[in-house]
Amino acid sequence: VTTTLVAAAAAGERAAAPVRRRPFRNASAWLWLAPALILLTVFKFVPMARAISMSFKDVRPYLGDRWVGLGNYRAVLGDPAFRAAAGHTVVLAVGETIGSIVVGLALALLLEGTARHLWIVRTAVFLPTVTTMAVVAALWRILYYPAPDGALNTVLGWVGLGPGQYLDSPHTSLWSVLAVGVWRGAPYDMMIFLAGLAGVDRSLYEAAAADGAGPLRRLWHVAFPAMRPVFGIVVTLAAIRGLRVFTEIYLLTNGGPNGSTEVVMTLVYKLGLERDELGIASAGSMLLLVATIVLTLLAQLLRRRREAR
Amino acid sequence: MRQLDTALGLGAVRGPLGRIVKVALYALAVFVFAGPLLALLVSAFGRVTDPTRLTLIPHDLTLDNFRTAFDQGVLRYLANSLIVVGGGLLLQIAVSVTAAYALARKQFPGVRLVLLLILSTMMLPEEILAIPLSLVLADVPVIHVNLVGTLAGMIVPVGAWAFAILVMTEFMRDVPIELEEAARIDGAGDVRIFWSVILPVCRPALGVLGIFGFTMIWDQYILPLLVAQDSAQFTLALALRSLRADEQVGTGVLIASALLALLPSVVVFLALQRQFMRGLTSGAIKG
Repeated sequence: VTTTLVAAAAAGERAAAPVRRRPFRNASAWLWLAPALILLTVFKFVPMARAISMSFKDVRPYLGDRWVGLGNYRAVLGDPAFRAAAGHTVVLAVGETIGSIVVGLALALLLEGTARHLWIVRTAVFLPTVTTMAVVAALWRILYYPAPDGALNTVLGWVGLGPGQYLDSPHTSLWSVLAVGVWRGAPYDMMIFLAGLAGVDRSLYEAAAADGAGPLRRLWHVAFPAMRPVFGIVVTLAAIRGLRVFTEIYLLTNGGPNGSTEVVMTLVYKLGLERDELGIASAGSMLLLVATIVLTLLAQLLRRRREAR
Repeated sequence: MRQLDTALGLGAVRGPLGRIVKVALYALAVFVFAGPLLALLVSAFGRVTDPTRLTLIPHDLTLDNFRTAFDQGVLRYLANSLIVVGGGLLLQIAVSVTAAYALARKQFPGVRLVLLLILSTMMLPEEILAIPLSLVLADVPVIHVNLVGTLAGMIVPVGAWAFAILVMTEFMRDVPIELEEAARIDGAGDVRIFWSVILPVCRPALGVLGIFGFTMIWDQYILPLLVAQDSAQFTLALALRSLRADEQVGTGVLIASALLALLPSVVVFLALQRQFMRGLTSGAIKG
């Protein structure tokens, strides 16, 4: 549930406020914390430390690791396959971010309101976001079936669009994956935008209308400026989500056909677990982690700036 | 002015043409986003013979797909999924409430550092830790246990989830200190206070934890992928991939299994929608 990241980060920030000073028997605090700290150490911090250390080593099981300095990083960055994968990752992250925002915003504007039928439509539209990725992938593999009588080709046939190869052609595979990402991401953005729209002062709309502004100018001059911080958060979150993409690619195409949808994480997975290049795979993960952390900090910064206002 | 309730004021659109356009747009949105899932539901009960057919119109209803799916061991995968989600959720809640009790109700040196450490794990995406995590799972430090090939390997790592701990901490912080002091004067110890004073007050937060924990564990894919060695440990999500690759198994079976994997999360979402939405948007909007 990447989507809950913001909520939790906010909770954490508030939780970090100074604790009430109540000198009770406090020595047992560590006992209460022990299960959480042990699990986090074993399954988060130890793997993290090993990833960092492996990224500087030539990892050779049974032979002992050899320190190679930045060699793995050089190998990764010099590998055309990695650069291609990084390119695909960025295309997907940017494309899914923009696509989800545009579609999500359109949905939010269309479905804003308190009427019951709107609520039902919103609920229906939101379903892709709660659907497990494994099911989304299985479903879209069927929808994308590349024969002329495949489900999507049939629907497109109704409006006169020709059959496509989708996931099966290197020319369209990346876009097909991107479309699935938008299908799943747009409803989430819609909900965030709806919450943002709900916070816009209604009297501003009336004032704008009194000044003779039509719906579009109201949108542009009243609603959008009020929602600017929401845009910032949605963009950063979607970009972070996009960079670490793995499961959808693994299940939809596994990087194929012909490497046309290979992303950083699927490549790292193959390098690490299928080809045992643990050092190089770790270096690749580290590069991605740095990119993710930079984006996360950017998200925090945006929220701070908004709160300061 | 009622028509200015929304940014575009679509509620004010009247007249036959306006209404038709509006309803057409609603229908399009539902068709695009819910249509494929509805087709999955309907087709699971239909006679699907080739991989190109998905249908939105029920006809010739049958349970054959499920029968064949159960013959293929799908019940086993479903049971595995339920064991993992049940065990993981219990562990996650237990770990979260105990940690939150210390973080919210106790003053000790290092509390801020611990909070920072917990928060920092949210910046470590599981995808990026996948490879070193697989090494740790194969040989857990200190106790040297191999969790690969066991359902426990899918349960234990989800036990500590920063989001759950932080949400719980936040909630426990708001429990009035007087309740705790009164119990302490009566001679109650930490455990008694935790169990019979703090936890009962936190019941609403436990509900929220349950929803998000369930969704988080049900959506797990990488962890089961790293842990499972053969089909005996497959969860439903993992099984979908091998069912797809298996030429002997028809698309009908795949669709029926996908429906089984889909239903729990949708049911939880529909049943607890209000809490779900609040949790989802509150952080992003209110900060």
